[in-house]
Amino acid sequence: MKIINQSIRKLDGMDVATGKPLYTDDLVNANALVIKILRSPHAFAKIKSINIEKAEKLEGVECILTHKDVPNERFTMAGQSYPEPSPYDRLILDEYVRYVGDEVAIIAAIDEKTAIKAMKMIAVSYEVLEPVLNFEEAIGHTSIVHPEDNLQVNFDIGMKKEKNITATALIESGNVEKELGKSPVIVEETYYTQAQAHAMMETQRAFTYMDSNGRLTIVSSTQIPFHVRRIVARALQVPKSKIRVVKPKIGGGFGGKQTASVEVFPAIVTLKTGKPAKIIYDRKESLNCTTSRHAMRITVKIGADHEGNIQAIDMKGLSDTGAYGEHASTVFSVAGYKTLPLYNSAKAVRFSGNVVYTNKMPAGALRGYGVTQGIFALESAANQLADKLNMDPTELRAKNIIKEGETNPISGTLDSCTLDRCIEKGKQLIGWQEKYPRKIISDTKVRSVGMAITMQGSGIAAIDVANVTIKLNDDGLYSLLIGATEMGMGCDTVLTQMAAEILETTMDKFVVPGVDTDSSPYDTGSYASSTTYVTGNATIKAAEDLKLKLLKKASEMLGISLEKLDFQGDTIKVLNHEEKVVSLSQIAEYVSAGEGKQEQLMGTGTFGGDKSPPPFIAGFAEVEVDKETGKIDLIDYVAVIDCGTVINPKLARIQAEGGLVQGIGMAMYEDVIYNQRGQMMTNTFMQYKIPCRKDINKITVDFESSYEPSGPFGAKSIGEVVINTPPPAIAHAVYNAVGVHVRSLPITPEKVLKGIWKFQ
Amino acid sequence: MFAIKNYRTPNTLEEAYKLLNEKKANTILGGCGFLRMSNKTIATAIDLSQLMLNYITEDADYIEIGGMTSFRDVEVSPLLNQYFDGILPKAVGEILGVQFRNVVTVGGTVYSRYGFSDFITALLALDTYVVLYKGGKMPLEEFLIKGSKKDILVKIVIGKKNKRATFHSIRNSQGDYSILNVAVSKKDNIFKIVVGARPARAMMAQEASKFLTEGEINEKAIEEACIMASKELTFGSNMRGSKAYREALCKALVKRGLMEVLS
Amino acid sequence: MKIQVIVNHKKIQMEVAYDEFLVDVLRRYGFNSVKRGCDTGNCGLCTIWIEGKPTLSCSTLAVRVNNKNLTTIEGIGEEAKDFAAFMVAEGAEQCGFCSPGFVMTVLAMKRELKNPTEEDIIHYLTGNLCRCTGYVGQLRAVKTYMGVA
Repeated sequence: MKIINQSIRKLDGMDVATGKPLYTDDLVNANALVIKILRSPHAFAKIKSINIEKAEKLEGVECILTHKDVPNERFTMAGQSYPEPSPYDRLILDEYVRYVGDEVAIIAAIDEKTAIKAMKMIAVSYEVLEPVLNFEEAIGHTSIVHPEDNLQVNFDIGMKKEKNITATALIESGNVEKELGKSPVIVEETYYTQAQAHAMMETQRAFTYMDSNGRLTIVSSTQIPFHVRRIVARALQVPKSKIRVVKPKIGGGFGGKQTASVEVFPAIVTLKTGKPAKIIYDRKESLNCTTSRHAMRITVKIGADHEGNIQAIDMKGLSDTGAYGEHASTVFSVAGYKTLPLYNSAKAVRFSGNVVYTNKMPAGALRGYGVTQGIFALESAANQLADKLNMDPTELRAKNIIKEGETNPISGTLDSCTLDRCIEKGKQLIGWQEKYPRKIISDTKVRSVGMAITMQGSGIAAIDVANVTIKLNDDGLYSLLIGATEMGMGCDTVLTQMAAEILETTMDKFVVPGVDTDSSPYDTGSYASSTTYVTGNATIKAAEDLKLKLLKKASEMLGISLEKLDFQGDTIKVLNHEEKVVSLSQIAEYVSAGEGKQEQLMGTGTFGGDKSPPPFIAGFAEVEVDKETGKIDLIDYVAVIDCGTVINPKLARIQAEGGLVQGIGMAMYEDVIYNQRGQMMTNTFMQYKIPCRKDINKITVDFESSYEPSGPFGAKSIGEVVINTPPPAIAHAVYNAVGVHVRSLPITPEKVLKGIWKFQ
Repeated sequence: MFAIKNYRTPNTLEEAYKLLNEKKANTILGGCGFLRMSNKTIATAIDLSQLMLNYITEDADYIEIGGMTSFRDVEVSPLLNQYFDGILPKAVGEILGVQFRNVVTVGGTVYSRYGFSDFITALLALDTYVVLYKGGKMPLEEFLIKGSKKDILVKIVIGKKNKRATFHSIRNSQGDYSILNVAVSKKDNIFKIVVGARPARAMMAQEASKFLTEGEINEKAIEEACIMASKELTFGSNMRGSKAYREALCKALVKRGLMEVLS
Repeated sequence: MKIQVIVNHKKIQMEVAYDEFLVDVLRRYGFNSVKRGCDTGNCGLCTIWIEGKPTLSCSTLAVRVNNKNLTTIEGIGEEAKDFAAFMVAEGAEQCGFCSPGFVMTVLAMKRELKNPTEEDIIHYLTGNLCRCTGYVGQLRAVKTYMGVA
């Protein structure tokens, strides 16, 4: 292989690194109306009246919309394949407001100042209702977050809205009670994970205009252009065919742009006024009025024998989806589906529980998608089990983890896995033998190590689909047409590597345009760790299809049968007759003009997998804990990854480093705090702390590649799996340092110190 | 949303002072680091940038820092790195990034008497005075307690005699504000222990400072002083930390500060 | 009011409101490399140079830069490309949204610090947040660019 497994530079790298104006807000029509949203000051209220008379009269105000002006057809903003498992529980604007920040009115004006001025002139009278703020008290609360009768579900997800239950889950294999009953060693603990924010640098944004055919064009910073088209069509009750979605460069997504948080607002304004409109969320809106990770409580019960053979795992969860149910049931069940198979030795496993509505910002998709939450609980409990057994936690893993070739009742047969080798290599890289469990540095400082393992998936089996088209242009340049969405991770480059490998040519022979639902082939979008695996497989098929067409055309041009031709990328030669040759550009010219041979040479490929092969990681943390202040310094973080064949080592490494640091943020810094009235107190970067440069010391990433037979060139995914191990591994290291179990994220110095006090 | 109705760049302090007191809603612009998120309406914004208040100078007994001097200038000042064990550059150096410290001004911070300030804590441990245009010169400690009528902070004046000084803070993320900060100084045998971000504004631990200044210095006395400081000062809870946690940090950081100035 | 500024070596007259911040004005005048990220001084996306000093344009009132010399990444194209090539070689540009502010800070650092250590570099760049890379790839790129071992 010439191009696969090479650290090729990103195709758009120089452009985005030097500040070229390629992002949504750089492309907006200067005359676009500016949209501002009037938001609810109450966590739960019914709007009694809205008076927009004064505001509407303000010069420069184009339109003001309230719940009376929007279709009464509920929808979900979740970017999922139709029919979505997320409930249709939203209106563009509703007479109920369900969290502080929920939308009350849409104001469109000639500029931001006018829009804000008008916003202040709107008088709203609310009937304030008792909010559901504590998700542990949601079920059976006197307030019902969704009292409306036109809420709709596409599947039976266990919705009981009168009890504030959005969805339920039960994943079960074997007799859990029986196996736990027989287990002499039991660990049972409860864990809490917070509603982490995506905090992508480019906030949610979109602009809209009517094109020449009376169709609505939406330019959006989105991971899901095709889903956005369908979501907006339903929300606005217009035919899908009347909407076009364009995705330019995106400044990060992390799942935050897998929910169509903003597109409906400019869309309805443009439809009503015929004028271009834009909405650019500021940081406060991005943190306070979009979606976050689902906060969860997970109780884990593990049973094992005295030798450390895990017999049974029971996980009981409760998930907080906030005011609306985006990704509610799927994120929750994934917390079980993609954690329990790790311990294939268990004879019985179960994941069960509820997702509940509360009057807080809705949750949605975020890198890790439930696995991050489940892994913190499961791996923390596994580490505690090792401790209880007086066993090295890496040995406990060695005894119990799933191995290549094994079959798991939940995840099926595992065709590729080097998790055992990942653990071994990780131990060496962190210096486990010398450092486990701790070293005393001084009277006040202790150094220690901790570890955790994880898995994820590669796309959604039997649901995700990608189509890819490769077009030969008249100058011999290929256009690689994809519907997957580059958002910085390098998928345009990685997919081009695959096409170039098959077409035996170089990267510079390709151009990859941005996504446009009018011209790009359908793709469910870049989420669920799907792009390399799902769109990659489709790319290979498209490249092979085109390659065959090129060979056929060469055969026709040379008058030589197919099997005697040798495809060499830029040229096609006749075997044993080196002088008989036709170049790619000759073929391109040949089909472009004359002689009645004209043909658009295009290869197409479609892929929808029937499985979702899991990547694996063994993560190791080394920390130094200050016993007097509780302050934790993360000295080193090692992650050894099995993502199958690494298509582009440098891009994979960066993606891993970035995901690890996002996991470190969740583990240590990123706290979400609401006050008693349900206002989010952490809605700025001044209060919501993502890791900064000084927080990160050494990060060590390495690969132990397996070969996934169903993957493109043997590859599996890497996008999400990288975020999962830091919370449990750092919690474990802190325990090994000072004996304190922190079971509620983030692991702050105060929690550590208060834990230390308990011994004193 | 914040708004400015009028904007002026006076050429003299007198002119600036007059403007300031013309209307209640007239305001001096500091660094404007926190203006964007504010909701206030300023009638006339008064920009002091024509008044040459950006300087760090010294004479035989004092160092003077002009009100418009940026935190970045404090951080990289050779003079301030040379005095008081470099406590002032150290205290401002951990505040967000270079591009923020190039914005924030000494006058804006001190005049606002921010509770979370690292800089004020460090200044208070030194022999520091503020000079107000009308209010004149007064000890920083007095200014922090009393504040002043609407005035202009012209400069900070610091006596040069303090030899040893140290600053400690605890942040969770290094990009965050301090959960608690402590500055300790020693001039001959006189100790000053100052604790800020309690989260209320910085205060001197008078009794603990006096106890060390007047007594014998040994390990036991230091332990005693740490406990005294954490008891005489009041602490509160906010998002960054609880009262109990701050008390504990106070003990730990005061001890570290004392050990350092005694080393 | 009208202000006179030199942006990237060119004199420009700009019409600004008293309460407008520089980031918004610069974008309005087509300097789209300047990104707005947080509004609270934390992220560094809007970093430009005012008289050669890296400064947050989101925390600077536009009226205050009257008669001043401003530089955005558009104004130092070649030097930005030189450094960007190191970022791209590491894959550390990722989404690129923080790049303009980050590059401006790195190039200011290069002018300001002589023989910086790794610690000096991290200290200087700590006001630039990035959510994609986890910082270590950026650090590799900066160290190689600056010739720091």
